[in-house]
Order: sequence, then structure tokens, then C-alpha cells
Amino acid sequence: MQPVCLIRSRTVVLPEADIDTDQIFPARFLTTTSDAGFAEMLFADWRFDAAGRPRPEFALNRPEAAGCGILIAGPNFGCGSSREHAPWALRDYGFRAVISTSIADIFFSNALKNGLVPVRVDADAHAWLVANPGAEVEVDVAAGELRLPGGRAAPFQMDPFARHCLLNGVDELGYLLAQLPAIEAWEKRRGQTPSRI
Amino acid sequence: MSARTLFEKIWQAHEVMPETADTPAVIAIDLHLTHEVTSPQAFALLKSRGLRVRRPAATIATLDHAVPTDSAQVFGGTQIRELERNAREYGFELLGLGDPRRGIVHVIGPELGLTQPGMTIVCGDSHTSTHGASGTFAFGIGTTEVAHVLATQCLLQRKPKTLAITVEGSLGAGVGAKDLVLAIIGRIGVAGGARQAIEYRGATIRALSMEERMTVCNMSIEAGARAGMVAPDAVTFEYLRGRPRAPAGEDFERAVERWRGLASDAGAAFDREVAVDASAVAPMISYGTNPGMVMPIGGEIPAGSDAQALRYMGLEPGQKLLGRAVQVVFIGSCTNARLSDLRAAAAVLRGRQVAKGLRVLVVPGSQAVKAAAEAEGLDRIFVEAGAEWRESGCSMCVGINGDTARPGEYVVSTSNRNFEGRQGQGVRTLLASPVTAAAAAVTGCVTDPREFLG
Repeated sequence: MQPVCLIRSRTVVLPEADIDTDQIFPARFLTTTSDAGFAEMLFADWRFDAAGRPRPEFALNRPEAAGCGILIAGPNFGCGSSREHAPWALRDYGFRAVISTSIADIFFSNALKNGLVPVRVDADAHAWLVANPGAEVEVDVAAGELRLPGGRAAPFQMDPFARHCLLNGVDELGYLLAQLPAIEAWEKRRGQTPSRI
Repeated sequence: MSARTLFEKIWQAHEVMPETADTPAVIAIDLHLTHEVTSPQAFALLKSRGLRVRRPAATIATLDHAVPTDSAQVFGGTQIRELERNAREYGFELLGLGDPRRGIVHVIGPELGLTQPGMTIVCGDSHTSTHGASGTFAFGIGTTEVAHVLATQCLLQRKPKTLAITVEGSLGAGVGAKDLVLAIIGRIGVAGGARQAIEYRGATIRALSMEERMTVCNMSIEAGARAGMVAPDAVTFEYLRGRPRAPAGEDFERAVERWRGLASDAGAAFDREVAVDASAVAPMISYGTNPGMVMPIGGEIPAGSDAQALRYMGLEPGQKLLGRAVQVVFIGSCTNARLSDLRAAAAVLRGRQVAKGLRVLVVPGSQAVKAAAEAEGLDRIFVEAGAEWRESGCSMCVGINGDTARPGEYVVSTSNRNFEGRQGQGVRTLLASPVTAAAAAVTGCVTDPREFLG
């Protein structure tokens, strides 16, 4: 995984609460066995009408949204299905961070594994971000700080391990594999694997 | 040792490495369930690193999400073939097409006795919380984590908080486990369980059957919870006795002794507690686009409901749903497609006819449920009433296999999610219990199932 230290980008805002992973990546596209080429499917039913034409009123389709790498979303972003296709599609589309007051657990975990930085900020910072779409902001992973225009800044909490993995490009699978001697020792202590199988 | 909760006991028993401020815990996983839709990329990751499946016996696969439920469908072919190939190559068991044990992953785990108290269970599917009904810590994971489990039989986890939901009082006639859990989600909200493991407790939960407990735990994720669980008791043990993968004979009795110790100790502290009065719960129905937007079936859509959600649903605040025409009824899913669910729906449909022009799909949760239902004639009740009787699978709960409704249609559905487009583009889902769905099948509109009692 590539290290992620600092993300500077303009924002695009989807203020709705409880945006679920079925909106981010509709289920009918789940028939793929690949993990590439998902940008077209991102928010497909919000971006395109039944005939496949872009809906001009949708935030991602506005000209000023082009090239935005930071998504500001309403609370409980990414709730619902565990499909990792949701962060894959956001990454593939060009997003590098998602900011909300709260982000659903499974999505949060999936995002981190793909270098998509999930950021939980307080209600004040969030309200400012929602009210100022297109603002150029900085997500400083190392400092745990979100910097807004005009010198304003808002701290955000991030799990130290998640931060370490992002900053150093640590792949969690590699980390787990390195624990195998401890895992094997633990299994030996516990005795055999469970009786059922 | 101080008093511990069910969750804490299971967590500590699987803590290969405890968490620290800087590192998450390494948690051992007893059972990994997998299916065709969220696994292909995990095996690709294994392949790219030259890794093997570390404990093939701890992974059980089935086909459910994309499989056809009638012979005219051909969806899911590539994913099905890929899982078949991966099962052969990596040496784990696949309960595949043609296998009488195949079914929805969260139905077959308990049904086969694979799901046993005290276990940690994961699957690349958010409704893995279902297995918590058997006193397990069970949760959904993403595809990268599927690869973690395959390669190491462990996961990196931060310890969730604990939430006790204590339910007392009797559920009224025509009110079931689905209504109870919808009422709970309506109360605590779709993020109300975030970063928490829920333990459902109290006399009402103790009085539920295993299948009803599964319905409740299944929807824990709809409250955003990491997991939902119920302490194992005599109901759990009797359910497990004699199941093919459960311990047998003396091993079973020894296991029961072990399992008895899992229940939360008296005085164990939870991070948060919520009390629910079951006698106040009515048959529930959803009116919006998430499972927290629910109301008693006779209720009016609350003022101040999310405008975008109501626009999608074609509804307005102040309206009643009772009497509103629907076009499709779906009875199925890992929430409500077990034998007791089908019996409840059949009791309403017996000797009655599906309303004219209505499409009714009944999709059993597993091939074993299907066979058991057919053995007692439930299939004939459904078919004679005018419903479609299908092979098992996720079907119209997720709509990957082509089982979808048409844009603008209302579907009374026993599934778990009423998200926009969940049952097809533009389709409007009304979540409800099996009896409420069956009542709608008869009348063609949203109906209080209590009209059909006795």
C-alpha cells in the first residue's frame, strides 16, 4: 500500500445522513470478480437516470466537482452491507478521504485497508464543510488535523494503528502474517481447534 | 475474577494478542463462512501473495447471493464457477449447487450445527450477526479481511463497547421477533449500535425460539452494531442437539457444561443499557429508506421525516400505510426464511388466494428448509394460493440474481433493508414480518395481520 500522509483537495458534499453502501455501489454490479474499473458504478443510481444520462443536479456531476478528492458526507456514512466494493469504487473514482461526523464501522475498516482515509470530525467542523462545498482543505494524517481555509483547523481522532499503517504504507495482512509465530503458540496453548469441524 | 459479560468471555477466550493503545487485538476466528459474491477478490489477494488457506477445515462455503432461484435464471455463473474452483484449489468445503445442505449462509450455519456457543464467527456479509443468536461473537467483514482470515485464521480488531438491550413483557398476538427488532431499531436508530456488541436479554428474549432469536440478532447490523448476541440456554442446547456438525453423545453433554458458563455473570456491567417493553410493540412496517424509519402498522408517517426518503417512497408525512396498494410481496431472506417463518406465513395464506395482479415470491432460506416445508405441505399452500415457490437463496433481499421488482412498485418484504434500489432500481420496500407480508399477499394492500388471527 502507498503511504498516505497529507491530502489536499477541494471537497464535494453529499449532506444526506445514512448514505448506505447500496447507494455507493448498487448490488447489481456485485457480480464482478475483479477489483478494478469501479468508478463508473460509484453512486450509479444517483449519478445517472434510467437511460444512463448523468443527472446534472447531483453533486458529483457538477463541473466544479471534477477532480475533487475529498468527500464530505452526512452522518453514518457507509452503513449497511459489508461490500468492500464501496471503498474500491470511491478510490477508483478519485476520492482519497471521506469526512463525516460518523462513519459506519465495517465501511470504516474497509476504507482503511484501501488507503481511503475515513475522518470523523466534530459537528462544528462538519457544519462548516457542508456549508462550504468546493473548499480547498487539508487532511493531515500525521498531525490528526483537518485544516480549513483562513487558518482554521479542527483536530480529528484516529486510531494510532490506523495512522501508523497509513503513514507507513503498512499492509495489515503483512502485519498479521508477521504475528503467525504468536498465533501458532496461542493455538498450541489453547489445544486443538474447536470440536465441530 | 470480576463479573464478565457474554461478549467479554468470548472475546477474552479468543484474544491471541490483547489490544494496546498502539495496536489492535489479534482475535482468533473459529468459523469462517464464505459465499460467491464477496470472496473472489480475497482469493485473488491470496494468490498474488503466494499464500495458502491456513485452516481449510475452518472455512465453509456456500452459494446464496447470486444463485438463481428458478430454472429460468442464469445469473452468477462466473462467481459460482470461481468459488467452485477456489474450493478445489484451496481444499475447503463447498456446499454447492445440487447439495441438499446449500442455502443462505446465515441459515445453514445454525441449521447444520456449525454455529456453536462461544465461537467467533465471521463472513463477508454484514448479516453475520445472525449467528449471535447461538451465543457467539459473529460479525460481518470486508473482502480484504476475508483474505486475512483465510491466510491467518485471525483478525485485527478493536474491542467494541457492550450494549445490553433488555426486553421484558409479552409480545401480543400477531406480533413477532421481526416486529420487536424493527421497534428496537426505530428506537435506538440506524447508528444506535455503532461500535457496540449488543446482548439481547430479559424474559422476552428467553421465551423466543432459536429461529426468532436469529431474526432479532440478524438485524443488529441495521442498528449499526458490530454484533448482536443472546446468551446460550436450554433453548440453544435443545436446538443444537443432534445437528450434523454439533458434538454428539458425551461430547455434547460436556460441551453443554462449557456453554452454560458463557452467560453474562450476575452484576456484569455493560457500557450502556436500554430497556424495551415488548407488550407495547405492535406489528411494525417501514415507510422510508432505512430500517430506522419504521412505525406501528396502523400509524401515520411522522412529520419531519427525511424528505428525500419520502420522495423516493412516493409518500408524505401524515399518511397512513394501512390500505395502500402494493404490487409485490417477498417472503424470504436470512432474516425471515426459516421454517417457522414459512409456517407463520402459510397459516395466513392457507385456503386463501393471493390478491389479483399481485406477485408473491416465497423463497426458503435453505434447501433443507425447502424440503422440510414441502414435507409438511407448505409449498402446496403457497402455490395453491397463487404464490411462486422457489429454490433457496438471497433472492429479492439483495436482487443480484435477477429477482427484482419494477421501478415505482411497492414491495412488502420480510427482508432486512429498505435502502433505495435494494430490490431493484426505483423499487419501494416496506419491511415487515412474515405474517404481515402474508396478510398483504391476501388483500393486495398493507394490512394489519391481526385481522387474520384465529
